[in-house]
Amino acid sequence: MERKRIEGTDYVVEFDPGKNCVNFRGELSLGGPQEYSPIRELLEAVAEEEPENMTINLRELHFLNSSGISMLSKFVIGLRKRKKIQLTILGSEEIPWQKKSLKNFQKFLPGLKLEIS
Amino acid sequence: MLILGDFIQQFPPERDSLELTFTPTSVPLKRRWRNNRLSAHFIADYFTTFLPLDDSDAEQQRRIQESKSAVSYVANELLENAMKYNYEEAQTQVKFGVHFLGNESLIAVVFATNSISAQRREKLEKFIHKLFSSDPEQLYMEHIEKGANDCHDEEESCGLGLLTMINDYKAKLGWKFEEVAKGEMEFYMVTTMVQIEV
Repeated sequence: MERKRIEGTDYVVEFDPGKNCVNFRGELSLGGPQEYSPIRELLEAVAEEEPENMTINLRELHFLNSSGISMLSKFVIGLRKRKKIQLTILGSEEIPWQKKSLKNFQKFLPGLKLEIS
Repeated sequence: MLILGDFIQQFPPERDSLELTFTPTSVPLKRRWRNNRLSAHFIADYFTTFLPLDDSDAEQQRRIQESKSAVSYVANELLENAMKYNYEEAQTQVKFGVHFLGNESLIAVVFATNSISAQRREKLEKFIHKLFSSDPEQLYMEHIEKGANDCHDEEESCGLGLLTMINDYKAKLGWKFEEVAKGEMEFYMVTTMVQIEV
Protein backbone atom coordinates (compact mmCIF):
# COMPACT_ATOMS: atom_id res chain seq x y z
CA MET A 1 0.00 0.00 0.00
CA GLU A 2 1.15 3.51 -0.76
CA ARG A 3 1.81 6.30 1.70
CA LYS A 4 -1.49 7.72 2.86
CA ARG A 5 -2.35 10.67 5.03
CA ILE A 6 -5.57 11.74 6.76
CA GLU A 7 -5.46 15.20 8.20
CA GLY A 8 -7.92 17.08 10.39
CA THR A 9 -7.84 20.36 12.28
CA ASP A 10 -5.84 19.00 15.21
CA TYR A 11 -4.54 15.64 14.04
CA VAL A 12 -2.68 13.71 11.37
CA VAL A 13 -2.89 9.98 10.76
CA GLU A 14 -0.28 8.79 8.29
CA PHE A 15 0.69 5.41 6.90
CA ASP A 16 4.41 4.90 6.40
CA PRO A 17 4.81 1.99 3.96
CA GLY A 18 8.57 1.63 4.67
CA LYS A 19 7.92 0.67 8.28
CA ASN A 20 4.38 -0.64 7.83
CA CYS A 21 3.48 1.81 10.52
CA VAL A 22 0.43 4.03 11.04
CA ASN A 23 1.51 7.17 12.89
CA PHE A 24 -1.02 9.16 14.91
CA ARG A 25 -0.22 12.73 15.90
CA GLY A 26 -2.04 15.54 17.68
CA GLU A 27 -5.43 15.31 19.38
CA LEU A 28 -8.33 13.16 18.21
CA SER A 29 -11.88 13.54 19.46
CA LEU A 30 -14.15 12.90 16.51
CA GLY A 31 -17.90 12.61 17.00
CA GLY A 32 -18.44 8.86 16.68
CA PRO A 33 -17.95 5.68 14.64
CA GLN A 34 -18.98 7.36 11.41
CA GLU A 35 -16.51 10.20 11.79
CA TYR A 36 -13.78 7.70 12.62
CA SER A 37 -14.49 5.48 9.63
CA PRO A 38 -11.80 6.98 7.30
CA ILE A 39 -9.14 6.18 9.91
CA ARG A 40 -10.56 2.74 10.53
CA GLU A 41 -10.59 2.10 6.77
CA LEU A 42 -6.94 3.12 6.54
CA LEU A 43 -6.04 0.63 9.28
CA GLU A 44 -8.16 -2.08 7.64
CA ALA A 45 -6.49 -1.46 4.28
CA VAL A 46 -3.06 -2.05 5.83
CA ALA A 47 -4.27 -5.24 7.54
CA GLU A 48 -5.95 -6.39 4.32
CA GLU A 49 -2.49 -6.99 2.82
CA GLU A 50 -1.66 -9.36 5.68
CA PRO A 51 1.82 -8.01 6.45
CA GLU A 52 3.91 -9.98 8.97
CA ASN A 53 4.30 -6.89 11.13
CA MET A 54 2.14 -3.85 11.57
CA THR A 55 2.73 -0.96 13.95
CA ILE A 56 0.37 1.65 15.33
CA ASN A 57 2.44 4.49 16.72
CA LEU A 58 0.56 6.63 19.26
CA ARG A 59 3.65 8.30 20.79
CA GLU A 60 2.63 11.72 19.53
CA LEU A 61 -1.10 11.35 20.10
CA HIS A 62 -1.80 13.55 23.09
CA PHE A 63 -5.55 13.07 23.33
CA LEU A 64 -8.02 10.38 22.29
CA ASN A 65 -11.70 10.25 23.23
CA SER A 66 -13.63 7.09 24.04
CA SER A 67 -15.01 6.88 20.48
CA GLY A 68 -11.41 6.77 19.25
CA ILE A 69 -10.41 4.19 21.85
CA SER A 70 -13.42 2.16 20.78
CA MET A 71 -12.48 2.41 17.08
CA LEU A 72 -8.94 1.16 17.81
CA SER A 73 -10.28 -1.60 20.09
CA LYS A 74 -12.56 -2.85 17.35
CA PHE A 75 -9.72 -2.83 14.85
CA VAL A 76 -7.57 -4.81 17.31
CA ILE A 77 -10.39 -7.37 17.79
CA GLY A 78 -10.63 -7.74 14.03
CA LEU A 79 -7.01 -8.89 13.96
CA ARG A 80 -7.89 -12.08 15.84
CA LYS A 81 -8.96 -13.40 12.46
CA ARG A 82 -5.66 -12.42 10.86
CA LYS A 83 -3.29 -14.57 12.84
CA LYS A 84 -0.32 -13.92 10.52
CA ILE A 85 -0.07 -10.27 11.52
CA GLN A 86 2.01 -9.30 14.55
CA LEU A 87 0.62 -6.00 15.76
CA THR A 88 2.74 -3.63 17.84
CA ILE A 89 1.31 -0.56 19.53
CA LEU A 90 3.80 2.13 20.53
CA GLY A 91 2.89 4.40 23.41
CA SER A 92 4.56 7.05 25.51
CA GLU A 93 5.26 7.24 29.25
CA GLU A 94 4.97 10.98 28.95
CA ILE A 95 1.33 10.95 27.85
CA PRO A 96 -0.87 10.14 30.87
CA TRP A 97 -3.93 8.73 29.02
CA GLN A 98 -1.76 6.12 27.33
CA LYS A 99 -0.50 4.71 30.62
CA LYS A 100 -4.12 4.34 31.75
CA SER A 101 -5.84 3.05 28.66
CA LEU A 102 -3.44 1.28 26.30
CA LYS A 103 -3.23 -1.89 28.41
CA ASN A 104 -6.85 -2.59 27.50
CA PHE A 105 -5.87 -3.43 23.92
CA GLN A 106 -3.94 -6.46 25.16
CA LYS A 107 -7.11 -7.85 26.70
CA PHE A 108 -8.71 -7.88 23.27
CA LEU A 109 -5.69 -9.39 21.54
CA PRO A 110 -3.30 -11.18 23.91
CA GLY A 111 -0.60 -11.56 21.21
CA LEU A 112 -0.38 -7.80 20.82
CA LYS A 113 2.98 -6.21 21.60
CA LEU A 114 2.64 -3.06 23.64
CA GLU A 115 5.74 -0.90 23.94
CA ILE A 116 5.36 2.08 26.24
CA SER A 117 8.56 4.10 26.63
CA MET B 1 -36.10 14.28 41.66
CA LEU B 2 -34.10 11.08 41.50
CA ILE B 3 -30.49 10.55 42.58
CA LEU B 4 -28.52 7.52 41.46
CA GLY B 5 -24.97 6.56 42.44
CA ASP B 6 -22.46 8.89 44.09
CA PHE B 7 -23.90 12.35 43.72
CA ILE B 8 -22.92 15.44 45.75
CA GLN B 9 -25.78 17.94 46.02
CA GLN B 10 -24.13 20.56 48.18
CA PHE B 11 -20.51 21.54 47.84
CA PRO B 12 -18.65 23.21 50.69
CA PRO B 13 -18.91 26.95 49.90
CA GLU B 14 -15.25 27.62 50.66
CA ARG B 15 -14.08 25.31 47.90
CA ASP B 16 -13.16 26.46 44.38
CA SER B 17 -15.18 25.65 41.30
CA LEU B 18 -15.62 26.70 37.70
CA GLU B 19 -18.77 26.46 35.61
CA LEU B 20 -19.39 27.16 31.91
CA THR B 21 -22.74 27.49 30.16
CA PHE B 22 -23.52 26.79 26.51
CA THR B 23 -26.54 27.31 24.35
CA PRO B 24 -26.26 24.20 22.20
CA THR B 25 -28.83 25.23 19.63
CA SER B 26 -26.87 28.34 18.61
CA VAL B 27 -24.48 26.54 16.25
CA PRO B 28 -24.93 23.15 14.52
CA LEU B 29 -23.50 20.25 16.54
CA LYS B 30 -20.90 19.34 13.91
CA ARG B 31 -19.39 22.81 13.92
CA ARG B 32 -19.09 23.11 17.65
CA TRP B 33 -17.87 19.54 18.27
CA ARG B 34 -14.24 20.60 18.61
CA ASN B 35 -15.37 23.08 21.24
CA ASN B 36 -16.05 20.13 23.56
CA ARG B 37 -12.39 19.18 23.73
CA LEU B 38 -11.21 22.78 23.93
CA SER B 39 -13.61 23.47 26.82
CA ALA B 40 -12.50 20.27 28.54
CA HIS B 41 -8.86 21.34 28.28
CA PHE B 42 -9.78 24.78 29.53
CA ILE B 43 -11.43 23.57 32.72
CA ALA B 44 -8.68 20.98 33.24
CA ASP B 45 -6.05 23.67 32.92
CA TYR B 46 -7.91 25.92 35.30
CA PHE B 47 -8.48 23.04 37.73
CA THR B 48 -4.74 22.59 38.23
CA THR B 49 -4.61 26.08 39.76
CA PHE B 50 -6.83 24.74 42.59
CA LEU B 51 -4.33 22.01 43.43
CA PRO B 52 -2.08 22.53 46.43
CA LEU B 53 0.88 21.17 44.48
CA ASP B 54 4.20 22.75 43.67
CA ASP B 55 5.06 22.70 39.97
CA SER B 56 8.75 23.32 40.61
CA ASP B 57 8.99 19.85 42.10
CA ALA B 58 9.39 17.20 39.35
CA GLU B 59 7.25 14.56 41.08
CA GLN B 60 4.44 17.01 41.83
CA GLN B 61 4.64 18.41 38.33
CA ARG B 62 4.07 14.91 36.97
CA ARG B 63 1.03 14.63 39.24
CA ILE B 64 -0.29 17.96 37.95
CA GLN B 65 0.08 16.74 34.35
CA GLU B 66 -1.71 13.50 35.17
CA SER B 67 -4.56 15.33 36.91
CA LYS B 68 -4.93 17.65 33.97
CA SER B 69 -5.07 14.78 31.53
CA ALA B 70 -7.63 12.89 33.64
CA VAL B 71 -9.88 15.94 34.05
CA SER B 72 -9.61 16.67 30.29
CA TYR B 73 -10.61 13.13 29.39
CA VAL B 74 -13.57 12.95 31.78
CA ALA B 75 -14.75 16.49 30.99
CA ASN B 76 -14.63 15.88 27.24
CA GLU B 77 -16.64 12.65 27.55
CA LEU B 78 -19.27 14.31 29.74
CA LEU B 79 -19.58 17.27 27.43
CA GLU B 80 -19.75 15.08 24.32
CA ASN B 81 -22.60 13.10 25.89
CA ALA B 82 -24.37 16.23 27.09
CA MET B 83 -24.23 17.77 23.60
CA LYS B 84 -25.12 14.57 21.80
CA TYR B 85 -28.14 13.69 23.92
CA ASN B 86 -29.36 17.18 24.77
CA TYR B 87 -33.06 17.47 24.01
CA GLU B 88 -33.00 20.41 21.62
CA GLU B 89 -36.75 20.98 21.59
CA ALA B 90 -36.59 21.88 25.28
CA GLN B 91 -34.29 24.81 24.40
CA THR B 92 -32.31 24.58 27.61
CA GLN B 93 -28.68 25.37 28.19
CA VAL B 94 -25.92 22.89 28.85
CA LYS B 95 -23.97 23.51 32.04
CA PHE B 96 -20.61 22.04 32.62
CA GLY B 97 -17.85 22.47 35.15
CA VAL B 98 -15.47 21.25 37.80
CA HIS B 99 -15.35 21.42 41.58
CA PHE B 100 -12.35 20.81 43.72
CA LEU B 101 -12.60 18.77 46.92
CA GLY B 102 -9.49 18.30 48.99
CA ASN B 103 -9.16 16.73 52.36
CA GLU B 104 -6.81 13.78 52.73
CA SER B 105 -7.02 13.13 49.02
CA LEU B 106 -7.51 15.57 46.17
CA ILE B 107 -10.69 15.04 44.21
CA ALA B 108 -11.88 16.56 40.97
CA VAL B 109 -15.65 16.55 40.56
CA VAL B 110 -16.62 17.09 36.95
CA PHE B 111 -20.26 17.50 36.02
CA ALA B 112 -22.50 18.25 33.05
CA THR B 113 -26.20 19.12 33.00
CA ASN B 114 -28.40 18.80 29.95
CA SER B 115 -32.02 18.13 29.06
CA ILE B 116 -33.18 14.73 27.83
CA SER B 117 -36.43 13.33 26.50
CA ALA B 118 -38.44 10.83 28.54
CA GLN B 119 -37.39 8.11 26.12
CA ARG B 120 -33.69 8.88 26.54
CA ARG B 121 -34.09 9.02 30.30
CA GLU B 122 -35.52 5.52 30.33
CA LYS B 123 -32.59 4.19 28.31
CA LEU B 124 -30.05 5.96 30.48
CA GLU B 125 -31.64 4.74 33.69
CA LYS B 126 -31.60 1.19 32.40
CA PHE B 127 -27.92 1.55 31.55
CA ILE B 128 -27.12 2.97 35.01
CA HIS B 129 -28.78 0.04 36.75
CA LYS B 130 -26.89 -2.36 34.53
CA LEU B 131 -23.68 -0.52 35.36
CA PHE B 132 -24.25 -0.88 39.10
CA SER B 133 -25.12 -4.55 38.91
CA SER B 134 -22.25 -5.65 36.63
CA ASP B 135 -18.50 -5.89 36.70
CA PRO B 136 -17.45 -2.77 34.75
CA GLU B 137 -14.39 -4.45 33.15
CA GLN B 138 -16.61 -7.27 31.92
CA LEU B 139 -19.28 -4.87 30.72
CA TYR B 140 -16.70 -2.84 28.79
CA MET B 141 -15.38 -5.95 27.05
CA GLU B 142 -18.93 -7.01 26.18
CA HIS B 143 -19.79 -3.56 24.86
CA ILE B 144 -16.79 -3.46 22.57
CA GLU B 145 -17.10 -7.08 21.43
CA LYS B 146 -20.80 -6.65 20.71
CA GLY B 147 -20.18 -3.58 18.63
CA ALA B 148 -17.03 -4.92 16.92
CA ASN B 149 -18.86 -5.63 13.69
CA ASP B 150 -21.23 -2.74 13.87
CA CYS B 151 -19.51 0.59 13.50
CA HIS B 152 -22.62 2.73 13.32
CA ASP B 153 -24.16 2.18 16.70
CA GLU B 154 -24.26 5.65 18.20
CA GLU B 155 -26.16 4.49 21.25
CA GLU B 156 -23.34 2.41 22.69
CA SER B 157 -20.78 5.21 22.69
CA CYS B 158 -22.21 7.04 25.70
CA GLY B 159 -21.83 3.91 27.80
CA LEU B 160 -18.27 3.31 26.67
CA GLY B 161 -17.14 6.74 27.80
CA LEU B 162 -18.61 6.16 31.25
CA LEU B 163 -17.09 2.68 31.45
CA THR B 164 -13.59 3.89 30.56
CA MET B 165 -13.86 6.50 33.35
CA ILE B 166 -14.61 3.76 35.88
CA ASN B 167 -12.08 1.25 34.58
CA ASP B 168 -9.15 3.46 33.65
CA TYR B 169 -9.64 6.44 36.00
CA LYS B 170 -11.27 4.71 39.01
CA ALA B 171 -14.08 7.23 38.76
CA LYS B 172 -17.17 7.33 40.96
CA LEU B 173 -20.32 8.20 39.00
CA GLY B 174 -23.62 9.71 40.01
CA TRP B 175 -26.73 11.16 38.37
CA LYS B 176 -29.53 13.52 39.24
CA PHE B 177 -32.77 13.56 37.25
CA GLU B 178 -35.24 16.41 37.57
CA GLU B 179 -38.58 16.48 35.87
CA VAL B 180 -39.47 19.70 34.04
CA ALA B 181 -42.80 20.81 32.61
CA LYS B 182 -42.62 23.68 30.13
CA GLY B 183 -46.02 24.45 28.60
CA GLU B 184 -47.18 21.24 27.00
CA MET B 185 -43.73 19.77 27.01
CA GLU B 186 -42.31 17.41 29.61
CA PHE B 187 -38.67 16.51 29.78
CA TYR B 188 -35.87 15.91 32.27
CA MET B 189 -32.73 17.73 33.29
CA VAL B 190 -29.98 15.23 33.96
CA THR B 191 -26.74 16.03 35.76
CA THR B 192 -23.96 13.50 35.43
CA MET B 193 -21.27 13.80 38.07
CA VAL B 194 -17.88 12.13 38.00
CA GLN B 195 -15.43 12.09 40.90
CA ILE B 196 -11.81 11.20 40.32
CA GLU B 197 -8.93 11.19 42.73
CA VAL B 198 -6.05 13.20 41.31
